[in-house]
Amino acid sequence: MNRLRISPEALAKRRFLRRALGGGGALLVGGCDRLGENESFAKLLSAGETLNRSVRDAGGVTMAQEFTPADLSPSFRGNGNTDPDDEDYKAMVATGFADWKLVVDGLVDAPASLSLADLRAMPARTQITRHDCVEGWSAIGQWTGVPLAHVLERVKPKPAARYVVFHCADSFAEEDGDTPYYESIDMRDAYHPQTLLAYALNDKTLPVTNGAPLRLRVERQLGYKQAKYLMRLELVADFSDIGEGKGGYWEDQGYQWYAGI
Amino acid sequence: MSEPTLSPKPLPPDSYLYLRHRWPVRLTHWLNVLSLGILLMSGLMIFNAHPSLDWGKSSYTGRPSFFEITSREAADGHVIGITRVFGHEFDTTGLLGVSDGADGKASAIAFPGWITIPSRYSLAESRLWHFFFAWLLVLNGLAYLVYSLISRHVQRDLAPTRQDWRGFGRSIRDHLRFRHPQGEAARDYNVLQKLSYLAVVFVLLPLIVLAGWAMSPWLNSLWPGWVDIFGGRQSARAVHFIVAWLLVAFVAIHVFEVLVSGVWNHLRSMVTGRYRITTPKEPTHE
Repeated sequence: MNRLRISPEALAKRRFLRRALGGGGALLVGGCDRLGENESFAKLLSAGETLNRSVRDAGGVTMAQEFTPADLSPSFRGNGNTDPDDEDYKAMVATGFADWKLVVDGLVDAPASLSLADLRAMPARTQITRHDCVEGWSAIGQWTGVPLAHVLERVKPKPAARYVVFHCADSFAEEDGDTPYYESIDMRDAYHPQTLLAYALNDKTLPVTNGAPLRLRVERQLGYKQAKYLMRLELVADFSDIGEGKGGYWEDQGYQWYAGI
Repeated sequence: MSEPTLSPKPLPPDSYLYLRHRWPVRLTHWLNVLSLGILLMSGLMIFNAHPSLDWGKSSYTGRPSFFEITSREAADGHVIGITRVFGHEFDTTGLLGVSDGADGKASAIAFPGWITIPSRYSLAESRLWHFFFAWLLVLNGLAYLVYSLISRHVQRDLAPTRQDWRGFGRSIRDHLRFRHPQGEAARDYNVLQKLSYLAVVFVLLPLIVLAGWAMSPWLNSLWPGWVDIFGGRQSARAVHFIVAWLLVAFVAIHVFEVLVSGVWNHLRSMVTGRYRITTPKEPTHE
């Protein structure tokens, strides 16, 4: 959090209340902070997450709720990177993504390089779904794109392929330089009928704010899984050697890989 | 005793212990204390990531948020904490919106670090805490329900009797005067106590769990559209938040009643199970 200038009187006014109420809370919070930093306790805590994922794996193919045009959010909020300043990306924006191609490779028999025209020529699906951000907000938008299943059929994944990794054009500035955004999903979600490579939002070409020229829609998971600014799909057997090895940019920061809860 | 006893029979003892709470109730009670406490504090940190509430199927429906904790720069250049409820603004600097961080420096955050888990901003960690103790709360709650229905604890101890309903008005007056049943009458829960426990067990806790599930995109897909029973996903989030504070209000009243009606006796009975009944002395005639 940023340091702020604040009048001392305003803070003092309520400081006594904080002290009175906070004594017990502070004790508990302090203990929890220390516990959370303990490695084996952190592992125990993540048991909740493991349970969440097991319950989901036990279930069958379920469909995300679809909405009507009346439910559409007036404007679809962009979050995270909404105007990437990476030079290569800015150059593509300048040319209207004319030279952009989606590379699909890794554990596949027929690697491909697909232009926007190639993707638009494939069978399309349009769906009005709700985007649930991990922060707690949600927005409803209408997405049009090619189901990822069609792209996978074209590149013929090898039997060893277990995950699709999405490499993106955007990055986040960190202490040790720019860290590129990436995400990954398993083959169950990859073949799900509502999993799209979307090129249109609300009947308009996907804007830069929301991931132009192509973004992932993997409904039934939280917003950070919906990778924007897609450049390359890589099919892999495991993702431990990509990024920090947790399967995504936010996963590497401690967020859950399975983001269905 | 120097005075001669006229009665041939020994008098009943003035007080005795009896088994008030069986071990499954005691165990599930304290697991509830632990999990609800941590769920509240980690939940407030999760709320800090998006400190506003909306009603509807999404956050962006064209209507403003009905509740919001935020901060802004005041005319004198200082940053103040603002809590906005149905368009009415309150200056909540120091508590909500702007508060001292662990390092003693003022920071802009909805709920202050001394009431959140973890104390510094971390949505990822608070989610780990929240989901672990959510599982504990649900499994513990199921164990309590199964035990309480099979052992007839609910039917025997919690369901109000016809006599309870007749004493409803008097029970309200007694509570307002902090008067509590004495002697044998203290063996049973009073009618307000029964109703509040039933409301927590069968209304508030199921509601907060259901509203929590309604926020999960995967659980949404199990039966598409079920979250609309709340009025939509964001309404469910608001319900989750409001019910959390209703539970806090219940706990505050519950602890207050324990404090004013014999704190050690109640604490002992929730730890060892034994509760002391003290029979008021009969007035003696000289």
